[in-house]
Amino acid sequence: MTAEGESERKPSGQRPSVFLERQSYRRRRLTDAARLLPFLGAALFALPLLWPGLSAEGQAVPLSSAMFYIFACWGGLILVGLIFGMAARRLRTRDESETEADQWRR
Amino acid sequence: MATLNILILVCLGYVVLLFGVAFAADRMAAAGRGKWLRSPLVYTLSLSIYCTAWTFYGAVGNAARSGLEFVTIYLGPTLVMVSWWWGLRKLVRVGRSQRVTSIADLLSSRYGKSNTLAVCVTILAVLGGTPYIALQLQSITLSFSIFAEADPSGLYREGSSVFWVATGLAVFAILFGTRNLDANERHHGVVTAIALESVVKLFALLAVGVFVVWGVAGGMSPMMDRIDASEIGRWNVDAGRWTTLIFLSAAAFVCLPRMFQVMIVENDDEGHLRMAAWAFPLYLLLMSLFVVPIAVVGLDLLPEGSNPDLFVLTVPLSQGNDWLAMLSFIGGFSSATSMVIVTAMALSTMVSNHVVMPIWLNTQEGLGSISGDVRNIVLMARRVSIAVIMALGYFYYSLSGGGTALSSIGLVAFAGISQILPALVGGLFWRGATRTGALVGLTVGFVLWTYTLLLPGMGGVWMPETVMQNGLFGLGWLRPQALFGIEGMDPMVHTVMWSLSLNTVAFCITSLFSFPSPLERLQGAQFVNVFDHSATPRGWTGSVAQSEDLMIMTQRILGAGPAQEFFQTEAEQQGGRSRLPEPTPGFLNRLERELSGSVGAATAHAMIGQIVGGSSVSVEDLLAVADESAQLLEYSSQLEVKSAELSRTARKLREANTKLTQISEQKDSFLSQVSHELRTPMTSIRAFSEIMRDTKGLRGTEQTRYAAIIHDEALRLTRLLDDLLDLSVLESGQVSLNVGDDSLRSVLDRAVSSALAGTDEKLAVRRSRASERIPLHTDLDRLGQVFINLISNAQKYCESPDPILTISAHDVGGRVVIDFTDNGSGIPPEAQSMVFEKFARVGVDKAGGAGLGLAICREIMQRLGGEISYLPGQGGGAFRVSLPLAYQQAAQ
Repeated sequence: MTAEGESERKPSGQRPSVFLERQSYRRRRLTDAARLLPFLGAALFALPLLWPGLSAEGQAVPLSSAMFYIFACWGGLILVGLIFGMAARRLRTRDESETEADQWRR
Repeated sequence: MATLNILILVCLGYVVLLFGVAFAADRMAAAGRGKWLRSPLVYTLSLSIYCTAWTFYGAVGNAARSGLEFVTIYLGPTLVMVSWWWGLRKLVRVGRSQRVTSIADLLSSRYGKSNTLAVCVTILAVLGGTPYIALQLQSITLSFSIFAEADPSGLYREGSSVFWVATGLAVFAILFGTRNLDANERHHGVVTAIALESVVKLFALLAVGVFVVWGVAGGMSPMMDRIDASEIGRWNVDAGRWTTLIFLSAAAFVCLPRMFQVMIVENDDEGHLRMAAWAFPLYLLLMSLFVVPIAVVGLDLLPEGSNPDLFVLTVPLSQGNDWLAMLSFIGGFSSATSMVIVTAMALSTMVSNHVVMPIWLNTQEGLGSISGDVRNIVLMARRVSIAVIMALGYFYYSLSGGGTALSSIGLVAFAGISQILPALVGGLFWRGATRTGALVGLTVGFVLWTYTLLLPGMGGVWMPETVMQNGLFGLGWLRPQALFGIEGMDPMVHTVMWSLSLNTVAFCITSLFSFPSPLERLQGAQFVNVFDHSATPRGWTGSVAQSEDLMIMTQRILGAGPAQEFFQTEAEQQGGRSRLPEPTPGFLNRLERELSGSVGAATAHAMIGQIVGGSSVSVEDLLAVADESAQLLEYSSQLEVKSAELSRTARKLREANTKLTQISEQKDSFLSQVSHELRTPMTSIRAFSEIMRDTKGLRGTEQTRYAAIIHDEALRLTRLLDDLLDLSVLESGQVSLNVGDDSLRSVLDRAVSSALAGTDEKLAVRRSRASERIPLHTDLDRLGQVFINLISNAQKYCESPDPILTISAHDVGGRVVIDFTDNGSGIPPEAQSMVFEKFARVGVDKAGGAGLGLAICREIMQRLGGEISYLPGQGGGAFRVSLPLAYQQAAQ
């Protein structure tokens, strides 16, 4: 009985619209991706450990290739970080303006 | 050829420029102008004090020695910045909400404002920082000496130049680092100067790099060929060192006092991290982009045995490009000075807040005897600390005499300061971390670091060769570079692995087994859940009389103006008429925060505690609060039980009331029905008897007819009264049953014959006699009465032209069920529920009986332990009688 009473009391306007939910969903997934990024970075930077060194049989990896790999990974991380930063700011500002509009509507 | 004098002039000019920039930025910030001073770009650039002279010069040296290994020092911080969402964001939020002044203050604040812990961290930081400062002095001196060698005419003396450099840096740090007392206020001047310096050093290194690649090597692809052809041209990095150094630099990036200063304390806005997260790694990438080319070209061009740490300077010089060399010198100078200034500032804050002030407070007995302006004392303590730290660096440099490879000193400092990491990370993410755990972990890590890395590095008296070979006290498993007998590891990897892992283990185990104080637990919750609540739950209580004391003390620390302003604002917020605010817990908390910005959390806590009389939160208080709430909970649950009982009782009462009302209504309607039923025959009896009395000359036939009517009505009256009597006897339960044995068939036989006897209306009764052979043990006469009633009902009310009554009997699990179904129209649904009520008649027109028959049947069946019900949907009127085969007393 109480449950019914509560659901009756709750005004229907409090339920966020599908659009807003989708927004915050996107933002959460973006945060997830940003959190996973360091692990990707660590894995990429750990990869050279598998390369054959000077002591190993056969040809060691030339330093220029090694440099290219490291700096490419590094640059990639920076780029993805930049994209995340920009996307996060855009989503946040849009979100803020929307909640404001929401308050007015209410 | 640039002479030494020109160099010194340029150098001095650069320093004057820095002074000017710092001064102007401070002025602008004070005037409220210059929003760009607080921009994320300046914040990101200020982070670049991570790149000291060690990385400016030493990275090239490192690359010349061990190839790409130098890059680990940049990869660690890159990973930390990329993972800002995990850690840095929280650290910055905590730093801002708790107004921490240094990393020692942060740990002290987290672990119950323990000053012991703060002192430990301070000692560790000073021990790690001093060689680091010496390293910067050494790099400046070395770069000077390069120019001095090229200019034999100059009067260059190494010792004096170091002294003057150290003095100059100290003056700069004192001038701009201790302008305002509140370490939590941003040092806009210093930060802006550092940002400028970081641009200069990046520009310098890039310029040298571009010169080397395009000026010396002749483009990208010849450069790449040259790299592969050089002696470091193959990937040859020790896996252990690679991983360890990335981890170590990441740890040091967070724990270094100077990094903490610019990253957390000087942070203006959490949002700046978002830009720094990608921009600072970009800065690091640019800084390391040309390191390998410079190293390779240096190895090619310069004679065997020249110091690779100085290739950044010597390569342009050897090519005769003096101005580029000058620029590169300024870059190195920038790296060194910015690092030294910030480190000195951060360390001096720690030393003055956690060592000098507590000692000074202890020597003063009570508050009453504190005289003079505490503000000046704090500032003086900070200035002296800066001077002392610089002096320590200078003496360390003089004693060690330089010579060790730059990067090794830097790594030793990294390993030392990283010992803070377990306590820091544990404090931020684990509520169970305790002060004892942090102290034990720090001590274990510090001892191991000193024994396995710091002392062996210093050698000589500090670490005799016998100990190195045979271990302490001749114990083989205590050899500094082969602990527990595990040999062959790189010394750095060895130290980092053992010290940090044992540090962490000790920290965790001790935390698990120790118990934190209430204040510690409250602070722990504040730190770990900083995003949930940024307000403080701990409270002070005080009386009005103490406000004046607080005012006096605050004036001494913050200065008269700011203190009065603060108190005035608070008083206005409280809405009181007095100029002094009431010492409410909220006010005391804000005051403590304000003071902790100047003198550190532990000291501020102690000072307010001196006046207000100790922390108001004790275990007893917490227990009392817990008891109270437990009592409240119990009381409310009791209330709940009682109210549930009350509502149950009320419901029962309501039900009883409804029943009573219904019964009363039934009684009323019964009485009116009965009187109505009695009145009808009575009226006719009276009427006809009056006719017979008053009418003269009635004929005999008429007399007989009237008398017959009177007789019939009297009979009807008698029958009604008999029925009523019967019903009331049955209802009252006073009926005595005459229980006998017979078969159902004979009971039905009798009932059918007596019901059909003496009537004209024909009713065909269909029975299956075989199934009626059921023995019964019950009151046979009463049961027969029920059957008679049902059969005569069918006879009376069945509208079919050929009325047929079907009687079927079944034995269903110890009960006999008899259905009486006729082929009439049955009882309309709305009347079905009423047929068993008294005086209920279906259809007024067919007035046959008083409407008591079925009511009596129902009562009889209840007495016999059975029931009678109407069966809807049988194609006609249908009644079902069910009763137990053997009547039992209990069935009543």
